[in-house]
Amino acid sequence: MFRRRYNKKKERIFNMAEEIKKEAPANFKVTIDNITIEVAPGTSILNAARKIGGDVTPPAMCYYSKLQGSGGKCRTCLVEVAAGSTADPRPMPKLVASCRTNVMDGMIVKNITSERVQDARAGVVEFLLLNHPLDCPICDQAGECHLQDLGYEHGKEGTRYEFKRRTFEKEDIGPYIQLHMTRCILCYRCTYVADQLTDNRVHGILDRGDHAEISTYISKAIDNDFSGNMIDVCPVGALTDKTFRFKNRVWFTKPVNAHRDCDKCCGKVTLWQRGDEVLRVTARKDEWGEVQSYDGKPGWICNTCRFDKKHVNDWMIEGPTKINRHSVISQGHYVGLHKPKETMPEVMGGRAPKLLMDIHDVSDVNSVDISALPGPATSKTFEKTNSNGKQ
Amino acid sequence: MLTQRAKQVDRKPMTFLESIYLWNIVKGMGITISHLFKKKATIQYPEQKRTFSKVFRGLHVLNRDAEGRENCTACGLCAVACPAEAITMEAAERLPGEEHLYREEKYAVKYEINMLRCIFCGLCEEACPKDAIYLSQTFAPANYGRKGFIYKKEELLIPHPLKDKEAYEKALGNKAVKN
Repeated sequence: MFRRRYNKKKERIFNMAEEIKKEAPANFKVTIDNITIEVAPGTSILNAARKIGGDVTPPAMCYYSKLQGSGGKCRTCLVEVAAGSTADPRPMPKLVASCRTNVMDGMIVKNITSERVQDARAGVVEFLLLNHPLDCPICDQAGECHLQDLGYEHGKEGTRYEFKRRTFEKEDIGPYIQLHMTRCILCYRCTYVADQLTDNRVHGILDRGDHAEISTYISKAIDNDFSGNMIDVCPVGALTDKTFRFKNRVWFTKPVNAHRDCDKCCGKVTLWQRGDEVLRVTARKDEWGEVQSYDGKPGWICNTCRFDKKHVNDWMIEGPTKINRHSVISQGHYVGLHKPKETMPEVMGGRAPKLLMDIHDVSDVNSVDISALPGPATSKTFEKTNSNGKQ
Repeated sequence: MLTQRAKQVDRKPMTFLESIYLWNIVKGMGITISHLFKKKATIQYPEQKRTFSKVFRGLHVLNRDAEGRENCTACGLCAVACPAEAITMEAAERLPGEEHLYREEKYAVKYEINMLRCIFCGLCEEACPKDAIYLSQTFAPANYGRKGFIYKKEELLIPHPLKDKEAYEKALGNKAVKN
């Protein structure tokens, strides 16, 4: 029933766009934060702003350009429309969700230049953080979390919420994906992935309002070939990679672009390495944090590439992934490092200096190859090494 | 002449009184003996100890909460803040039944500080979101080998507040936030 209604709606939108195309000029002129750009009719304000890029672009937590029908849920992309169009230049009375509002010719939009928008967005962030646990020190998404970024950019410091946060019973949704329902902001992106990418959808949103939760029906494990993409689309740490769980922090790993011949997907991925260990495999992300497109097709990756190919030899490495230098992930990555010449062997006639201590002999860290474990390490993992020394 | 204090070297031949050095010895001994009656600059360590400044940053302590559960969640912020890259750790998931040992669902199963690298800047303490690490009022004791300076979790962890209250209070000092 939902599907039918959704299709009808889509049809209606499509018809509207058709009508506009008939009467209006081929290109709509829209001004966003005093920058004018020409876009095709039927483009949303958010996508027009993305064409300009930079600070003008409103943030989006639920809208995902590669997922049909996404958007309109989180309200972080609110903008002010100062003039509706050249034909009707009245301002829109309320702030509008830019991901769901299409541009009109001569529309004037205010995003960062509007105090109202900034204030509303700070409020929205506060609302999103009402029930979101502030467990970033534990969360594997920390460092690449969109809500964390948004909180730091727009939110106010500290929480005013004094009540008990929403909690859920823990649910195991299979060996590959870890679900933390408490962290979910109900953006619906993962259900769209399940709907549009995988053959048979086994997970969706149960209950309503405050009780709404992501779940698989009767705890059915998600074993579709493309189900792992839910991890990539999740803007928060609600869906994370179980094979990477607690193994390392994102900012200690080294992102590297790699590819392999895969018969199911494009095979173009980012490897998150530590030394030669592959700790995690994700799809490549573009500047909006979405999965990158190749020839107009989104580069979703299959579960084999994501979860089973955890060895460097499985991949053809292309080079380091470009990471924004403001991101914590680029922390401690020394780019363009010029190493001084080792003079000791030269002075000592080719002999290397005697090491007074090799840290690897003393340190307990790395006694167990954590990257080889299928899931997170527990106290049981280390029991063997504790009883008979080092492995 | 670079400074006004430079003196011209006197190259005149020594007189008889100067050549027997007696007067200069007496003068030197006078300086030495006068120090016997002055206030001593040194103290009798380890019987006597100097009081540290309140902001002194010494040996690291891994904190526990009032129930004795470890605060550290292995978030890695101390390690990323460390300018000397002295901190390493490995995280693990808390199993059911270990709730009395660790405060959160993730904990540091290995935690090491290389005291040879540490510069005691206290940035780890600043970075810690869980009040899990702080720098105490003691310094790292001397050791004959370098191996003794790799401090592991056993050395860093504060005594259990319920099992060994006195040692816990002592280790807590006046710096950590009492919870």
